[in-house]
Amino acid sequence: MADNSIEVKNLYKIFGTNGKKYIEAVKNGMSKDDLNAKHGHVLGLKNININMPSAKIQVIMGLSGSGKSTMIRHINRLIDPTIGEVIFQGEDICKMSKGDLQEFRRHKTAMVFQKFALLPHRTVIDNTIFGLELQGVDKKERHDRAMHWLSRVGLDGFEENYPNQLSGGMQQRVGLARALTNDADILLMDEAFSALDPLIRMDMQSILLELQAELHKTVVFITHDLDEALRLGDQIAILRDGEVIQQGTGQEIVLKPADAYIADFIKEVNRGRVIRVDTIMTAANGGSSITIPTGSRLELAAKLMVESGEAEANIIDDAGNAIGAITLKSAIDAMVTPAVH
Amino acid sequence: MSTDNAETGLNIKELLTEFPEMSRTELRDFKKGIDETFKGFTREYGEGIENFFDPLLAILVWFEKLVVATPWPLMIVILAALVYAGARSWPLVIGTVITLLIVGYLGMWEDMMFTLALISVATALCIIIGIPLGIIMSKSDRTQAVITPVLDIMQTIPSFVYLIPILMLLGIGKVPGLIAVCIYAIPPVVRLTNLGIRLVDKDVLEAADAFGASPRQKLFTVQLPLALPNIFAGVNQTIMMALAMVVVAALIGVQGLGSEVLKAVNNQYLALGLMNGLAIVAIAIVFDRVSQKFGKRLQKHSEVVHG
Repeated sequence: MADNSIEVKNLYKIFGTNGKKYIEAVKNGMSKDDLNAKHGHVLGLKNININMPSAKIQVIMGLSGSGKSTMIRHINRLIDPTIGEVIFQGEDICKMSKGDLQEFRRHKTAMVFQKFALLPHRTVIDNTIFGLELQGVDKKERHDRAMHWLSRVGLDGFEENYPNQLSGGMQQRVGLARALTNDADILLMDEAFSALDPLIRMDMQSILLELQAELHKTVVFITHDLDEALRLGDQIAILRDGEVIQQGTGQEIVLKPADAYIADFIKEVNRGRVIRVDTIMTAANGGSSITIPTGSRLELAAKLMVESGEAEANIIDDAGNAIGAITLKSAIDAMVTPAVH
Repeated sequence: MSTDNAETGLNIKELLTEFPEMSRTELRDFKKGIDETFKGFTREYGEGIENFFDPLLAILVWFEKLVVATPWPLMIVILAALVYAGARSWPLVIGTVITLLIVGYLGMWEDMMFTLALISVATALCIIIGIPLGIIMSKSDRTQAVITPVLDIMQTIPSFVYLIPILMLLGIGKVPGLIAVCIYAIPPVVRLTNLGIRLVDKDVLEAADAFGASPRQKLFTVQLPLALPNIFAGVNQTIMMALAMVVVAALIGVQGLGSEVLKAVNNQYLALGLMNGLAIVAIAIVFDRVSQKFGKRLQKHSEVVHG
């Protein structure tokens, strides 16, 4: 399978008429507030280095104003960086010509937006074919492909409706179908589920995970919601004031928050749904009748042990070999006590 | 010393009461200069410009002949069909037919056809020129800054003023009349095309960019369709303003309801003036209602809103 990882290198974005001029100052430590007060320029992103893994979900998390939406727009260059590189399949997206960029956007990326950004004058099906229409795919084929994805996101029978006849959740399904119909390697999701109410948001997350399990796209997912980040992200980068303050797997972030800001953030997180059995398992001893597959989360492990009445369980790998063991006590310990850091 | 003071005092008083205007001869020469230059321009290029507009004249004459020569029952059927196609409203179709019958019965059928032909051609011309102009205007703030004052002038300058150079260049006739109508009627469609495109939701435009739309694709699949209701409001205004100009157009030799009104003014024929004037109003109302209903139908997608 092709390597569809995205590498963001030394990316800076300074908004204003002459951002380049202040790069050196920012590199030498000028703060966002100083830059704004003294020079009227706004620091968007500062020294971003993220290696987004191929075929995984990379979450970029941050509160509003942290630069996360600016970040994602550099990947399809809806925003030009002040300096820096975004490398995909050996090519720097920031250096592409207009024509190349257009081709790149048509074939390599698809995007889902927070406010859906559907075309209000087009029906659901005509919205879904939009990307293929721009690519010049013939009518029959684009119709078939769009119908396939509409049905995959659960919109059978709504093809001829207009977007504003649909609820927010359904509109975003159209947005997702529109992006998937493009069949691009990169799926960019800019707070895609943030405008939806909690139940529908969970629903959409499940749909995304289900589809990702078979599609293996490189997904870049922006969110301000830590639970969402932990549920979806294979990798998470946390942004604050335009800087990456920590990146790693959800487990790494929960177990070893980089600073007090993040520690504060993760206080309320349900650890049982983040930490995996592998993290706390001890050497295999074969002393239990129940087995738990590797990579399971603690909540599931605890549940299995409680249901079977066992105080211990074996961890097995994909081939069924025992690779470790956990006790109910250690599982509950890890779920309730903040880990040392 | 004292005489000096008196003289200065006098000068100041003179300065305050008399405006320091150009001397009479200078002013005359200035005006004459402009007139002569334009006359020279007319002599040099007048024929070329007239030839340039020949195709327009041919189209207008052909269309007038077609409309006038079409038997009246057929014409009524055609117009009723057009109204239905545009508005999908039976009351409006019936209203239109009755209006046409009354106007015809009162002896103004042929003049009405001439006026209809003029308005149709003028509106078509305004759309063909105005929409692209509005698109160009929406592309950059600089072009907007240049075109806006020109449109302001076109809408506010008394129409008789631009009739003068048009007359000098092209003389009396249908084409100068058509041009005068267009100068007055084109600004709304240009302005509203520009406005409509500028008002298109930024999020939707960003989505089009993100999916790799070329500027051309963006214009035709996103901007124009979403601007269409506004553009159509502009077309509606253009039609109304064109109708308002038919009497002025009659001044420079355009036949139709307008020329009858002019005749009525010159001879103090109250009934003639009133009848032709009201016929113009009737046409205006029909055009307006049909184009408005049509404009509403263009927004069908925004009617049903999810609760």
